[in-house]
Amino acid sequence: MTTPDIATRSVIVEKEFPHPPEKVWRALTESSLIEQWLMKNDFQPVSGYTFSLRANPAPNWNGVIDCQVLAVEPCRTLSYTWGTLGMESVVMFTLTPTDAGTHLRMEQSGFRPDQEANYKGAQYGWKKFLGGLERVVAELE
Amino acid sequence: MTNAADNLFKALADPTRRAIFERLTRDGEQTVHALTERAGVSQPMVSKHLSALKRARLVHNRRQGRETHYRARPEALAPLVDWISHYSAFWQSKFEQLGDVLERMDK
Repeated sequence: MTTPDIATRSVIVEKEFPHPPEKVWRALTESSLIEQWLMKNDFQPVSGYTFSLRANPAPNWNGVIDCQVLAVEPCRTLSYTWGTLGMESVVMFTLTPTDAGTHLRMEQSGFRPDQEANYKGAQYGWKKFLGGLERVVAELE
Repeated sequence: MTNAADNLFKALADPTRRAIFERLTRDGEQTVHALTERAGVSQPMVSKHLSALKRARLVHNRRQGRETHYRARPEALAPLVDWISHYSAFWQSKFEQLGDVLERMDK
C-alpha cells in the first residue's frame, strides 16, 4: 500500500475509443446499452434521479448498487453516487474529443461508509482513522 | 444482508467504536476498565461496542482473573483495503466491454 488514506484514494481508468463523444455518451447513458457493458439498470440521465445497478448476486453480496445521478453534461461529463456493501463513493466519467475519437476517463473517489453520509463533520474523523489504519495494514503485508 | 464485510463497515461506522479500535491498535492490549476510563461512555456501552468489534473480528479477547483483555486484530481490515483496489480491475474490464459495445453499435 503506497497511498496512506482510503478516503482520499481514487480509482482512475482511462481509455481512448475510436468513436465520437456522441456515441460514447449514448453507451454511458442509454439503459439498454449500459446493460451490455456494465450491468442491468434503470438509469435515466436526469440529475437527482435515483437508480440501481444489478449484478448477479454473489456469496455475501446481493449484487445491488444504489446510485443517484449527480451531474449530467451531455457528451462531456456524467457522475453518480455508487453505494454498496455499506460503502458509498462517486463515479465520474469525463469525455474529451480527440483526433481519433474520444478519450474517456472514469474516476471513482470519496469512499466512505454510507451510514455516515449524513453526519456533518464526521468525515474528517473517518478519513484520519482510515489513514492510520491503512498504514497498520500495510505493515502486516 | 449479514456478512463479514457488512459487519466490518457497520462496526467502523460508529465514531466511539473507531476510537476504541484505534486505541487498541496504537496502545496494544487493554482491559475493559482501562478502555472505559478514556472512552467517555459507561462500561456497559464500552462492552457493547467491544461486542460489535468482536463480531466484525476486529478485536480478540481473553479473560484473566476478573478482567477481560482486548487486543486489536488489524488484519481484519484487509477486506476493506482489498475491496477498493478491486475496483481498478473491475473498471478496466468494463472498459474492454464498452469498447465491444461501441463496435457493435456501428452495425
